[in-house]
Amino acid sequence: MAEQKPPKKPRGTARLIDNSCIACGARCQSACPVDAVEMNEKGEPIIDFGKCIGCAKCVKACPVTALEMFFTLEEKQVLAELKKLQEQAGAPPVAVEISDEEAQLRQKLAAYQGVWVFVEQTGGEAAKVSWELLWAGGLLARDLNVELCAVVVGDQVGHLCDEAFAYGAQKVYLVDAPVFKHYRTASYLEAVSYLVGKYQPEIILMGATGLGRDLAGAVATRLQTGLTADCTGLAIDEKRNLLQTRPAFGGNIMATIVCDHYRPQMSTVRPHVMSMPEHMPGATGEIVRVDLPLREEELLIRVLQVISDKQGEQIDIAGAEFIISGGRGMMGKENFAMLQELANEVGGVVGASRSAVDAGWMPADRQVGQTGKTVRPKVYIACGISGAIQHLVGMQDSDLIIAINRDKDAPIFQVATYGLVGDLFQIIPAITRRVRELKQAKGQ
Amino acid sequence: MLIVACIKQVPDTTQVQIDPVTNTLVREGIPFIMNPFDTHALEECLKLKDRFGCRVAAISMGPPNAEATMRKALSLGADEAILLSDRAFGGADTLATSKVLATAIAKLAEQDEIALVICGKQTIDGDTAQVGPGIATRLGYSQLTLVDRIEELDMQGRRIRVRRKLEGRHEIVEAPLPALLTVVREINRPRYAKVPMRLMAGTAEIQLWNNQILQLDATTIGLKGSPTWVSRIFSPERTTGEMLGDGINDPVGAAGLLVDKLLEKELLAL
Repeated sequence: MAEQKPPKKPRGTARLIDNSCIACGARCQSACPVDAVEMNEKGEPIIDFGKCIGCAKCVKACPVTALEMFFTLEEKQVLAELKKLQEQAGAPPVAVEISDEEAQLRQKLAAYQGVWVFVEQTGGEAAKVSWELLWAGGLLARDLNVELCAVVVGDQVGHLCDEAFAYGAQKVYLVDAPVFKHYRTASYLEAVSYLVGKYQPEIILMGATGLGRDLAGAVATRLQTGLTADCTGLAIDEKRNLLQTRPAFGGNIMATIVCDHYRPQMSTVRPHVMSMPEHMPGATGEIVRVDLPLREEELLIRVLQVISDKQGEQIDIAGAEFIISGGRGMMGKENFAMLQELANEVGGVVGASRSAVDAGWMPADRQVGQTGKTVRPKVYIACGISGAIQHLVGMQDSDLIIAINRDKDAPIFQVATYGLVGDLFQIIPAITRRVRELKQAKGQ
Repeated sequence: MLIVACIKQVPDTTQVQIDPVTNTLVREGIPFIMNPFDTHALEECLKLKDRFGCRVAAISMGPPNAEATMRKALSLGADEAILLSDRAFGGADTLATSKVLATAIAKLAEQDEIALVICGKQTIDGDTAQVGPGIATRLGYSQLTLVDRIEELDMQGRRIRVRRKLEGRHEIVEAPLPALLTVVREINRPRYAKVPMRLMAGTAEIQLWNNQILQLDATTIGLKGSPTWVSRIFSPERTTGEMLGDGINDPVGAAGLLVDKLLEKELLAL
């Protein structure tokens, strides 16, 4: 009796789901092995069904599931039949075979273990973001069940090891020599690359500061691994990969980025995005001292001078607990005095939106937002700021947000804890007066 | 002597809006512009051209329609414009991008000695600030990021001294050429294109370099050469808060309610 041959499983073709493409930059086109995808002017794919072989690679590459596999009615029938046949034959073998490629990859990745935080310092003083990263790194290390380590590089920086332990590090890799007195890309790149090569961490976190970004970009390139900038969320998935979430496209959308074929996985995180860990003075751990055969004569770059911006004049909005920011609705430079008055009463500082800075009403170092600073104060009052995404990204993690705006539909109200619709030139002086009254009443 | 400006054509992210109904990006009619930080990079190259008489090459990796931005660079005074465009370059992360740019710069260096490569400090669409350091590391150039002033450039002695703008401090750094600089907005004020230059740029030649010219291994560029990839994209979550009082008709009353809330939450020290 001739056995009936089961029909061939149809593969279908890829199809674009209407209105869901975000023009991410032709990932589907790049993923297609047979050049069946062309991009139109809007950056959306046009799929040549004649060429498409139904491999579904573009569907997997799409970050917003804007592509799907399409089957004709006949194909659907065949699929249903096949399913029935399979059910009759009994359940398919459960054990999923791992390909050689996959096994090799797993082996390669498993060689890397531990979560590292780069401790940024200038003149022996650590940047606070490093400790915030120990908090974030601690959660990742716990989920992975691996060590949390700090990396300290500098000259006479041994005291930072104790600080790192106090903030939760279990181990510190210490590179301490005069050649590392000032940060220079070349020397720090050597130090960090050497440590990574020797001790193989799976994750490295650095602050998204001027120094951190300078170093991270160089290290990732040297190590030929992935680096994700300005992460606002970090988590571990079921395959022990790091899920790195960050604002993209000027903060208009959030993207989760993975680096699942390479180690270490590197991320930078802006100051004030993560919380400060508990400080436990006296906590100890293991210090691994590493000497590098790097001599001053080999380095061609010289830091001739470090000029500290004048204290007093310089107000660091990034570290402030109470911020009152003004935007386009402030109408002019002179009106910021009104915000300063309120700031004086409540012990706050004055910030600004990008449009206020672009108009020349406030200096650039007061700018809050994607192209300015990220802030996370206890209270943030947005005055006459409509709430462009680029601004929201820089302040939406504030504990309490108050929006004062003439336009009740302004997007700023979408992130506000409390909203006041009205004329800020009436409301703000009224707040200042009320606070003064209360202070006087208390003083009496 | 050649100076290279790295530029990128980006969507003007300040003009992007979210559709309140579908919660997706409204992309219709968003203009493409030269990345604002890159306009300062190009301007600094042009200032050095004015001073030293060196040539300026503008290079960019992007889709064919980035030609518009390359013409803008020519209209401002760049001597040549090279667009690195190939579908094999698409979907690249910063590592794969710096590979293509560094290879193109190395190719330019075969024709003429390169003194400087200048980039904007970051782009406004990717915001990573990673491509500049990537190029410097690949080429072995001195890496000088966040420059807000070129203090001195000694072409004969082949050294440069710059001021870098960091958090709460500035640094004066000296380094040998060739160097890669990334620049901040404070460094200069970009010039405007003059009409004859604009007319000239309209018909000038844009050099198109694809992977036939760069000859890069396909596994090291584009999506395939990118260690990172986007697994998910979503809209940021937002919830509307509580509206206090009637600020239009009773601003004093609304202000009072707000002060009460702050006191209640112990956020006001009296």
